[in-house]
Amino acid sequence: MSWSVYLPYLLVMALTTYLIRMLPLTIFRKPIKSRFFRSFLHYVPYAVLTAMTIPGVLYSTGYDGGDIRPLVCAAAGLLVAVGFAWRGKSLLTVAIAACLGVAAAQGLFLLI
Amino acid sequence: MSQKPFVTGLRHGIPIGLGYLSVAFAFGIQSVQAGLSPLQALLISMTNVTSAGQLAGIELIAAGTALTEMALTQLTINLRYALMSISLSQKLDGSMGTLQRLIFAFCNTDEIFAVASAQPGMLCKQYCYGLMIVPWVGWSLGTVLGAAAGSLLPVFFRTALGIAIYGMFLAIILPPSRKSRAVRTVVLIAAALAIAFRYVPGLSQVPPGYAIICCAVAAACAGAALFPVEDKEEVDAP
Repeated sequence: MSWSVYLPYLLVMALTTYLIRMLPLTIFRKPIKSRFFRSFLHYVPYAVLTAMTIPGVLYSTGYDGGDIRPLVCAAAGLLVAVGFAWRGKSLLTVAIAACLGVAAAQGLFLLI
Repeated sequence: MSQKPFVTGLRHGIPIGLGYLSVAFAFGIQSVQAGLSPLQALLISMTNVTSAGQLAGIELIAAGTALTEMALTQLTINLRYALMSISLSQKLDGSMGTLQRLIFAFCNTDEIFAVASAQPGMLCKQYCYGLMIVPWVGWSLGTVLGAAAGSLLPVFFRTALGIAIYGMFLAIILPPSRKSRAVRTVVLIAAALAIAFRYVPGLSQVPPGYAIICCAVAAACAGAALFPVEDKEEVDAP
């Protein structure tokens, strides 16, 4: 990618992300009073990560609407990940388990 | 603390750094697939240090989206850090002046926040600096390794690694969903909306960054309206 296209994106991403982290840590030193706003902020991480995962995870192995096998592999990885995450396994364990789930499904397709 | 705070922080950062190394490796591969060079991928990881925001970022870069949409998307996806920073600001001791806060804010990730919050008592600057080093190195190193060497891996392994980052997201979302009906409701609303924005004609025309914003804001608002969080201090007070 050409640097003239890339650099503005890099700058916007880094600056936005840093300001969100930095301003509250340096300026706000008192707890937020609004209960609704505090509740809203409490739920934001779960809402964001869910919206990024569903249905994006099904396309993470290259499914583009054509050949259905990548979709099946991604679904297998998703099932394994949900099983491990539901049991409260660590980030690393769940990430590796998801990859192994995809690998196992790919292996099966190689055998068929 | 029996150990020096800096060493304690370093030690606490090691498991986080190892997790980041593997997930960042997958991010590096995805960056190259999105059209970035290894150096460009590395610079994003070194300056952003956030999985979800970066993943959305490279997708938007690949789609050639407008800078305002990029800024708004990063704002929404990373809004959770504002809450974490507010919470953390209550836990920093007198050695954390403005300069130290400016530095520590840079690495306030979900996992660093979780570990820092779990420490008893106030945090000093030595502990904070120690804690942020290994995760930052792991995240940057994993990215550049994935971007540079990912193409050497057989397609079989590269395909399997693509799901790694989503595994990490699920590990953050699901345990609280299991315990709390409120979180579960928010997650189900966000999932239903995200599916609608992907497949319902008309809605699927909304650019992906704005779709995430709409889903997240609507689901979190519904959660705040239906299940306002308890204020422990108010509850405990007579």
